[in-house]
Amino acid sequence: MTATTTESSVITSALSVRDLDIFTEQDRQVLFGVEFDLQPGRILALVGESGSGKTTAGLACMGHFRKGLARGTGTITLGRSGTQNVLQMPQQELRALRGRHIAYVPQDPALSLNPAQRIGAQILEVLQIHGYGDSTAERRERVGQVLAEVGLKNDEAYQHRYPHQLSGGQQQRVGIAMAFACRPSVIVLDEPTTGLDVSTQALVLETIKELSERHQVAGLYITHDLAVVAELADEVAVMLRGRIVEHGSAREVLYSPQHDYTKALLDAVPDLEGCHQVGEVQAITSEQVQVQAHQIRQKLELPADAQPLLQVKNLALSYGAAKILNGINLSLDPGESMMLLGESGSGKTTLSRCVAGLNDDYTGTVALNGVELAPGTRKRTASQRQHIQYIFQSPFSSLNPRRTISESVEVPLVMAGVRSKSHRRDRVLEALDQVRLGKSYMDRRPGDLSGGERQRAAIARALVNAPSLLVCDEITSALDVSVQASILDLLRTIQAERQMSLLFVTHNIALARHISQRIAVLQQGKIVDYGHTDAVLENPQHEYTQQLLAHIPSF
Amino acid sequence: MISRMILRRLVVSLGILLVVSLLVFFATLLLPGDPAQAILGQQATEDRLAALREQMNLNDPWWQRYLAWLGGIFTGNLGISAATGGSVAALLSERISASLVLLAVAGVIAIPVGIIVGTYSALRRDRGFDRAATGVSLVLASLPEFVIGVVLIALLSTTVFKLLPSVTMAPPGEAVWNYPLQLVLPTLTLVLVVIPYIIRMMRATMLEVLDSGYVEMARLKGVPERQVITRHAIPHALGPVAQVVAIQLAWMAGGVVVIEFLFRYPGIGQALVDAVTNRDVQVVQAISIIIAAAYVVVNLLADVVGMVTNPKLRTESAA
Repeated sequence: MTATTTESSVITSALSVRDLDIFTEQDRQVLFGVEFDLQPGRILALVGESGSGKTTAGLACMGHFRKGLARGTGTITLGRSGTQNVLQMPQQELRALRGRHIAYVPQDPALSLNPAQRIGAQILEVLQIHGYGDSTAERRERVGQVLAEVGLKNDEAYQHRYPHQLSGGQQQRVGIAMAFACRPSVIVLDEPTTGLDVSTQALVLETIKELSERHQVAGLYITHDLAVVAELADEVAVMLRGRIVEHGSAREVLYSPQHDYTKALLDAVPDLEGCHQVGEVQAITSEQVQVQAHQIRQKLELPADAQPLLQVKNLALSYGAAKILNGINLSLDPGESMMLLGESGSGKTTLSRCVAGLNDDYTGTVALNGVELAPGTRKRTASQRQHIQYIFQSPFSSLNPRRTISESVEVPLVMAGVRSKSHRRDRVLEALDQVRLGKSYMDRRPGDLSGGERQRAAIARALVNAPSLLVCDEITSALDVSVQASILDLLRTIQAERQMSLLFVTHNIALARHISQRIAVLQQGKIVDYGHTDAVLENPQHEYTQQLLAHIPSF
Repeated sequence: MISRMILRRLVVSLGILLVVSLLVFFATLLLPGDPAQAILGQQATEDRLAALREQMNLNDPWWQRYLAWLGGIFTGNLGISAATGGSVAALLSERISASLVLLAVAGVIAIPVGIIVGTYSALRRDRGFDRAATGVSLVLASLPEFVIGVVLIALLSTTVFKLLPSVTMAPPGEAVWNYPLQLVLPTLTLVLVVIPYIIRMMRATMLEVLDSGYVEMARLKGVPERQVITRHAIPHALGPVAQVVAIQLAWMAGGVVVIEFLFRYPGIGQALVDAVTNRDVQVVQAISIIIAAAYVVVNLLADVVGMVTNPKLRTESAA
């Protein structure tokens, strides 16, 4: 269709896709004339939002179609197998191809590694099937070699581990090792770094880049994260609703985008400098998206000695010998937004759960408006509970699928003892209005809503009792960048309109200037950096913060 | 780690058995009738009754009798049968082995067949075989065991075909397995009662596993389909099925009562029915505790299978 073929087809490509159409079993077309070429040693990023068909296109290159999809039409040829079309290959030949000539790195290694098999055995399996080398001894040696290539330990004991004994980043590197084991000529990477921390992501990206260059492997990198694209890709193809709408070198696409959709997508990417305007709402400032602390203060006309809204003192928590939180001190003023930044395992979620009273095993104090709160929600008063509201990471599991949106949103009101049904309905409507969902959503169920809409509904549920503190636990991590931008928009607006405080928990430091006035960096249960956003980002005190800043992919 | 978990389950199991023994003991205390009277008959004199009560310790307080009985279980002395006057252990040993043969044969047939049919059904989802298998298993699951037994008798030994004997008639003192033809119908009935659950559970877990990321990954590695099924899919489907198998095996230990009665099979089920009719309290107690023990042991085994097939429980997690 509108796809533009680049100059590179002059060189023999490792894989070329022409005129690929894919239909569902109900005969609905999901891919429209997709075309691209992969060159040895170069990486093409296929960028798009969830549902744009990028994974479908990637898997079609391997002749694999997920449930509900009928076979596609068009031609997909591998450089090595000459003119043969992958789409018309019999199963037998496809099997010989997969893993040997074209390999796949899955999105979530935790789901894609067999939990009951040792990692060494899983890598060995692919070598054995494709008859790599002449003997088992040779294959075993290759397992060790490829583990070393992805920067993992390769001794016997490590190979005998099960997937659950590895961290997420290590699991993903095992997945990459498995893909590179047979020295394929093409490798399809399906968002392999989603769900990894920035520093782990940086390591994994480096591994991918280095291996594909060294072994002259052609890579297809499927992602929605444009920052990663800038780090890694040589070429970029942008997909929108099953079509490639823009295609060119990474430089061209990222720095002079032609298509409106690409521009919109680029605008939605949060940047550390806070120059991009993420979203449309200029909540507080007009010059810069960032919300300045002093502006909030002026706006609220707070007296200088105002009492902090939330005060956490010496908060500590340990499970057995493992210290999860180790003496946390922080305070949050009314109307202020604080980012709680940390990697998985840093204790950031535990801390926010302690604040909300969902975890009552802590020692130390949490005070709201100067009044010390009891550890668990059950012991807090209804009004204390109402003042702190919690929004969960995954909108897919935090809403009861059997309840309509209005039923879910009114739960806090029922708990607060609002008897009148019509009164509750009004409040629900008001809350839904605030999150821009409107009346038509009241009687729908979460299953009919997109991820972004569900998260809005979850925010509405938190807002319905007019809290003074909103604890947002990684609420944008499961969402696409443009949806993330609109959620950030929403939070900033609510913050400004209702002078609500935010505790925004995230692992994404790039969001800092877009949502927070102050930042607390959490590492291994301790706050290692704490202060105004600008101060922390420009002059990080702790080496960990410096390291995080160094690892951010950006462009 | 895993040995500690198994040990803990073992201790819990013993505790459960102890509670069950208490329940059984008190439930049988409530049964009407006097064991001494039952043994000696209506014409017995008061003196002889009193002497027998003394001999059977029936005059002791309940807790002494309970402890004596409990001690007896551990030493293999299950008391004296009121009906025959012989020791309960001697009376039951033959019956137990007869029942075990029935259960073992039924289990050996039902488990593999159920797993294979369930797996195949999942692989041919929504095709003819799958529809037939799920339909038939639903019908079987909804029929009570005696109905299945009666239908089988009508079909295979009386009205339609006269192929198999409908009752077991081994001469006393001779082992049941010397007459394999007589075993067919009771075994078949048990198999048909148990197998639908295994098929349905295996099909359901298999469908779930076939949708999983690691099965897709195995296919994308180029693993041949047969190996995908045997190496990557089935091992994960077995854990939940083991639980169902355990429940079914345990059910068989108790459900065998009806089937043994139906086919006049000389197992513990038959013995239990006889004992209740004869007010043979000691035998009822012994059989109840044996069936309870079977439940506990089978469930313990299923838990062990679950732990052993799950490496997350077997090994320490990431540091």
